[in-house]
Amino acid sequence: MIRMFAIVEREMRKFFRSPMLMIMSLMMPILQLLIMGNAFGGKIVGEKIAVVDYDHGPQAVRLREAFDSIAVNIKTFTTVDYTDEVQAREDVRTGKINAAVIIPKQYSRRVYAQDKPVIGLVVDDSDQFSSGSIEGEMQSVVAALTTPVIQPRMASQIALEIVELYPYVNYLKFLLPACVAMAMYISVMIGGGMLYIDDKARGVHEGYLVTPITKLELVFGLNLAAAIKAVLAGICLTVIGSLIAGLGVIFHPVADLELLAMIIVTAVAFNGMMFLLMVRVDDPLTPRAMFGVLNMLLFYPSGAMYPIAAFPPWLRALSVIDPFTYCIDGFKAILLKDGGFTAIRFDLLFLFVFGIGTLLIATPLFKRTL
Amino acid sequence: MSTPAIAVEHIVKRYGDFEAVKDVSFSVAEGEIFGLLGPNGAGKSTLIRMMTTLIPLTAGKAIVAGHDVAKEADAVRHLIGVIPQALTSDPDLTVEENLSIYAKLYSVPKAERVKNIAEVLEAVDLTKWRGAQVKTLSGGMRRRVEIARGLVHNPSIFFLDEPTTGLDPVSRIAVWEMLSNLRAKRNLSILITTHYMDEADKLCDRIAIVDHGKLVALGTPIELKHSVPGANVVEVHFDRETPEWQARLECLDGVTSVQAESEGFYRVLTSSGSKTTMQLVELAASLGETLTSLSVQNTTLDDVFVHYTGRQLRDEQVKPPVFTLPPRPGAQP
Repeated sequence: MIRMFAIVEREMRKFFRSPMLMIMSLMMPILQLLIMGNAFGGKIVGEKIAVVDYDHGPQAVRLREAFDSIAVNIKTFTTVDYTDEVQAREDVRTGKINAAVIIPKQYSRRVYAQDKPVIGLVVDDSDQFSSGSIEGEMQSVVAALTTPVIQPRMASQIALEIVELYPYVNYLKFLLPACVAMAMYISVMIGGGMLYIDDKARGVHEGYLVTPITKLELVFGLNLAAAIKAVLAGICLTVIGSLIAGLGVIFHPVADLELLAMIIVTAVAFNGMMFLLMVRVDDPLTPRAMFGVLNMLLFYPSGAMYPIAAFPPWLRALSVIDPFTYCIDGFKAILLKDGGFTAIRFDLLFLFVFGIGTLLIATPLFKRTL
Repeated sequence: MSTPAIAVEHIVKRYGDFEAVKDVSFSVAEGEIFGLLGPNGAGKSTLIRMMTTLIPLTAGKAIVAGHDVAKEADAVRHLIGVIPQALTSDPDLTVEENLSIYAKLYSVPKAERVKNIAEVLEAVDLTKWRGAQVKTLSGGMRRRVEIARGLVHNPSIFFLDEPTTGLDPVSRIAVWEMLSNLRAKRNLSILITTHYMDEADKLCDRIAIVDHGKLVALGTPIELKHSVPGANVVEVHFDRETPEWQARLECLDGVTSVQAESEGFYRVLTSSGSKTTMQLVELAASLGETLTSLSVQNTTLDDVFVHYTGRQLRDEQVKPPVFTLPPRPGAQP
C-alpha cells in the first residue's frame, strides 16, 4: 500500500504545485455556463414586424392595439407599417424585418360575420428560434382576440391546468449539470490521460518500473490520483456553478452528500474509461487528438444540451452507453429537482459498474514492462 | 572465487525479425565498474533494460545479485538501483520529495528513509539543495539528483544508462568522481553504458564494446588498447590528396594500419610513433609535398573500436524518430 500511496502522493504534489491544471479544468465549463447559459436562456426581444393593413376596420385596429401592447410589455417585437405586401415579403427575405403580418381586405367584416377571418403571417423560418417565438406570440394574440368578451355560464371547452413541480429553471441552471460533468471530463483528460502519457514519454514510468512496485499498485495508484483530481474539479465547479446559477441546493447537507456520491462515482467512471483508452498509448499527441472527438461523442449525445427523447434511434443507443448521460441525469436530479437518493440510485449504480468494469478490462492490458 | 554481481549468458533480444541483442555473455565482479561502450543504437540500452527487468529476454539467462531476472524479477528490483537515460525526477517536486517518494516505492521504513535520504544527499553534495524544486537545478545537479534517487534504498548493484549525456565537461568529471567515491564507500558494483570513450577509459575497470547488438571486445581499457596492433597513432595531414598516399604510408616501417579520414588526412597506427614521424617528414620532403599538421598519440579506445568494428565510434547511428516533449517553460537546460 505504501508504494501505491507514493504514486498518489507524487501526483497530488504535482497537482497542487501546478494549479494551471485545476484552473484549466474549471475555466472552460465556467465560461460555457456563463456564455451559453445566458446566450441561450433569454427571451427573444426587439424583433421588427411589418404590418400590411388592407382592412383599416375596427377589428384591424384591435389587432394593432394588441401588437402595441406586446411591443410595450413583453417587447418580443415592434411593428412597422407597410403599404405593400410584396415589399414586406421582400424585406423579410432580405432580413430588413423579421416577419410581416398581412391583414386582408374585409377582415373586420368577416370577424363580425364569423366568416372564417384570416390574418397572414410571413416569417423567416431559417431562424427557428426567432420565428418560433414570433409565431407563439401571434398565436396568443389570435387566441386572446378569439376569446368571447362575455364568458358562457357553462364552460364547454376542455381546460388544461399545468402544475410545475419546480421553480422556474432557466437555461443557466439547466446547463449546470453538464458543466460539472465537463469539468470532471477535462480534469480526467488532462490530469489522467495527458499527464499519464506525458510521464510515459518523459521516462517517468521507466523509473517506476525498475522499482518493486506491483502492477496493481501502479494501476490503482495512478487511477486513484486521477480520480481525486476529478473529484476536486467536480466539487469546485458544483459550488461555483451553483452560486453563479443561483441554486441553493448546495447549502443542504443531504443534497451535498448525494452530490459527493455522484461526483465520486463519476470520477471513477470517467477515469476508468480514460485509463482503458490510454493504457496502450505511447504517443503524447494521441490524447490531445482524442480530446475533441471524445468530447463530441460523449457530451452531446448525453442530453446535456438537448433532450434525448428528440434523438434518432442510433443516437439514442449511443446515449445509453454514454457515462455522461447518467452523470448529467444524476446531477439534474439533485441540483434541479432535489430528487433524493431514489432519483440517482440507478445513475450511481451504472457509473460505478462502468468505472470498475473499464478498470478491470484495462488492468490486464497494462504492461509491467516497457 | 566470489559470485559475480551480474552474470549474463547468451542473452538475445528480438523484436520480430530484428535482433537487437545477439548472444551476449559477460560478467561483472562485485565492486567493479563495468562499462558498455558503443554508439547509439548498438544495443546498450536494450541490454541494460533486460538486466533491470524492464524488458523480457528472448533467450539466454541474466543473473543479477544472485537472482534470475526472468524468474525472480521482484527480488532483483529490490537489490538494484537504476538510472535510466531520461531524467525521471519530477521537476515540480523538491529534491527531498523526489527521494522520499522513490524510497517509499522501495518500501523503505520511515526511520531508515530519513537516514538514507540524508546520506545520499551528502554523498552527491546536494544537502543544501534538498528543499529546492528540481526544475530550478542545473543539468549537472539534476543528474546528481538522479544518482541519489537510485541509491536511496541502498542497492548493491547500480545501473546507469548514459549518465553524463548532455552534461558539460566539468559536470561530467564531477559525476565520474562521484561514482568512483560511491563505489569505494558503498562497495557498489556499477554497470554503466556510454558512448563517450574518455568516460569509459577513465571510469571503468573493464569495458565491453557492443556494436550491432554483438559484444565485439571485452577487457580492461589497457588490455583493449594492447589488443590493437600498433602502440601509437600518427595523425598526418598533407597539403593535397593523391591516390598514392595510402599505399606509400602502408609501406613505412612499423606501420600496421592506415585509415583515410578525409582528403589528405590519415591516421597511421604504428609500433613506433617517433620513427614513423621522421619517415613521414622525409617522405614528404623527397616528394616535394607539404605537411599541414602532424601529431603523435597513444592508441585510444577510438582506435580499439575502429579495429574491432571497422568504423568510428563517433559515427553514431541515427535513432528512429520519436516524439520528444518540448522543454518545460522555465526549466533549466
